[in-house]
Amino acid sequence: MDQQTLLDEVVGSEYKYGFTSDIEQELLPKGLSEDVVRFISARKNEPEWMLEWRLKAYQQWKTMKEPTWPNVDYPPVDFQDIIYWAAPKKKPELNSLDEVDPELLATFEKLGIPLEEQKVLAGVAVDVVFDSVSVKTTFQDKLAELGIIFCPISEALENHPELVRQYIGSVVPPNDNFYAALNSAVFSDGSFVYIPKGVRCPIELSTYFRINARNSGQFERTLIIADEGSYVSYLEGCTAPQRDENQLHAAVVELVAHDRAEIKYSTVQNWFPGDKDGKGGIYNFVTKRGICAGVDSKISWTQVETGSAITWKYPSVVLKGDNSIGEFYSVAVTNNKQQADTGTKMIHIGRNTRSRIVSKGISAGVSQNSYRGLVKVLPVAQGARNFSQCDSLLIGDACGAHTFPYLEVANSTATVEHEATTSKIGEDMLFYCNQRGIDTEAAVALIVNGYAREVLNQLPMEFAVEAQKLLAISLEGSVG
Amino acid sequence: MTPLLQITNLHASIEDREILKGIDLSVNAGEVHAIMGPNGSGKSTLASVLAGREDYTVTEGSVLFNGKELMELSPEERSREGLFLAFQYPVEIPGVSTANFVKTAVNESRKHRGQEPLEPAAFLSLMRERMALVEMDPSFLQRSLNEGFSGGEKKRNEIFQMAMLDPVLAVLDETDSGLDIDALRIVASGVNALRRADNATIVITHYQRLLDHIVPDFVHVLWNGRIVKSGDKSLALELEQRGYDWLKQESAVEA
Repeated sequence: MDQQTLLDEVVGSEYKYGFTSDIEQELLPKGLSEDVVRFISARKNEPEWMLEWRLKAYQQWKTMKEPTWPNVDYPPVDFQDIIYWAAPKKKPELNSLDEVDPELLATFEKLGIPLEEQKVLAGVAVDVVFDSVSVKTTFQDKLAELGIIFCPISEALENHPELVRQYIGSVVPPNDNFYAALNSAVFSDGSFVYIPKGVRCPIELSTYFRINARNSGQFERTLIIADEGSYVSYLEGCTAPQRDENQLHAAVVELVAHDRAEIKYSTVQNWFPGDKDGKGGIYNFVTKRGICAGVDSKISWTQVETGSAITWKYPSVVLKGDNSIGEFYSVAVTNNKQQADTGTKMIHIGRNTRSRIVSKGISAGVSQNSYRGLVKVLPVAQGARNFSQCDSLLIGDACGAHTFPYLEVANSTATVEHEATTSKIGEDMLFYCNQRGIDTEAAVALIVNGYAREVLNQLPMEFAVEAQKLLAISLEGSVG
Repeated sequence: MTPLLQITNLHASIEDREILKGIDLSVNAGEVHAIMGPNGSGKSTLASVLAGREDYTVTEGSVLFNGKELMELSPEERSREGLFLAFQYPVEIPGVSTANFVKTAVNESRKHRGQEPLEPAAFLSLMRERMALVEMDPSFLQRSLNEGFSGGEKKRNEIFQMAMLDPVLAVLDETDSGLDIDALRIVASGVNALRRADNATIVITHYQRLLDHIVPDFVHVLWNGRIVKSGDKSLALELEQRGYDWLKQESAVEA
């Protein structure tokens, strides 16, 4: 069978998570105004300063324009055609799983989120964001014993307002960019993490986001603070039900690492990519940034991106503390008509700061996959070092891979290395596998997982296994 | 006795250029056949067509393998039915360890035969045992398949995989090319160790020297897409001494 026929026949395995939960929801009418911002803030019983902060962001957003520089193409988003508030009607004040809406639990079941005992055994605390309100947070008490705060950001605003106030917007200011401003004005919920001095968080902290309501944009805000000498590993996994309309997702994630602290942030993103004709799918416009504020601190981003119709995302690290380390490990898969413009920024400010970028793009179908990265060394960043490796893998001959590396080096003691490769899964490689009894689907999975090995190795074990399967599923039928 | 492999009037083309112009060959279980011939005579094409490479179109003829029409099977089905091709140029697969690759391959064949996947411990000891056949260091298991292997190491890896898959029919495509004399001896002794009454080997080679180590029962000379002469192992020696030109002339006269 020739490649095109096979492509046409099996392209895009059925999106497994395309179902809708019948949970009664409270929705605001479509559209964004000052009143909507006030409504959201009031609904969440926020302090006055938070409302002011949001309103200021809203005013700034109104003066800003959508960025057009990413290498992606989509019809303009009508921001007045979006619902900015959707919450399950039931009040999410639950003490045990028994009190959770069974319909909701069934949804989690289908998603394969083992919220119950399995999770306990696996040692993962889950903060589930179901549309806009966090419904259930596990392990909070256990973590509290260590002084760790892991809760919905709305709860943090109630219980630890001084911490939120100190850090929110300190890494991604509300006026940072169009989508960050929008998020700052209307963010509904998200996770808050604080690890106290010298504490090593004993379990992986994990949040699942899920977009459920039709036409509701999801705007989470995540804030993670690792105080001096602490360590935390955080994993975010995402799915969204199948919808015909494109859904907007504009999150902001801020990380702060103080002296000798380490934050490891891993993402497995599997949002609905749209069907094989490019209908539907998530617009994923996300601002993620961490600051290595203290000496010897470290922030490491690992992402496996297989979903979304359009991805616009640059998890970055500001290396302010001397000897701090920033890392970015990424696998971005695009198939069918998906478009991704993703990469990172490493901003070297402190002395002897080091950064490492490993980006593995995989393009199939008629998709477009761009790496965009900036390595910036400021004049004061004595002895800064960067190593970047940007690889592209092409499957078939109708897709595109693009690399836009930007280097701005203003200190002559800096060492900056950039390596890039482009390869194809060739007939020779597939035939060799076939000859050993491995069919083409299995061969592609094997080759792609081998190609992405260096990044997958960065993920916590159980998620690495999941990510491997996800890569294979995303590319099913991409080769004849 | 029904032959293991029965090739009848096989014609094959690439991009409308006919390379194989009517091959007839019969291979019985327990036999080793050598196929020799000058460059461009169609030797590697024959190996590729048997293994099912898509670049070639079979325009005429049939190939029966263990009673099944080989040309109706996909390349992976041919493999699972027991056909093995040792590649002249084995590919490199970055990030996929040799152990993982071989395990995947072996388990696919086991699945095909309705067997359970091998236990990891049993698998590891089997791999170590079979690697010893070609004097391969077990450290290769953790290295990416063929990546950074020398020419000789790649060829030994081919024979190691052959030993793991235990094929009914192995086709060795110029396995001797690029080997020094020690590597040649190691590879050949590996192949010989795998010879049994119920399997067969086709050795495709340019030179007689491999046949000093893997002694064939039959030698065939391929020229211009046909087998123009068959004989026993002495034919290989004769070719070594006289070259191919006399056969080219002979076959030109016949044609």
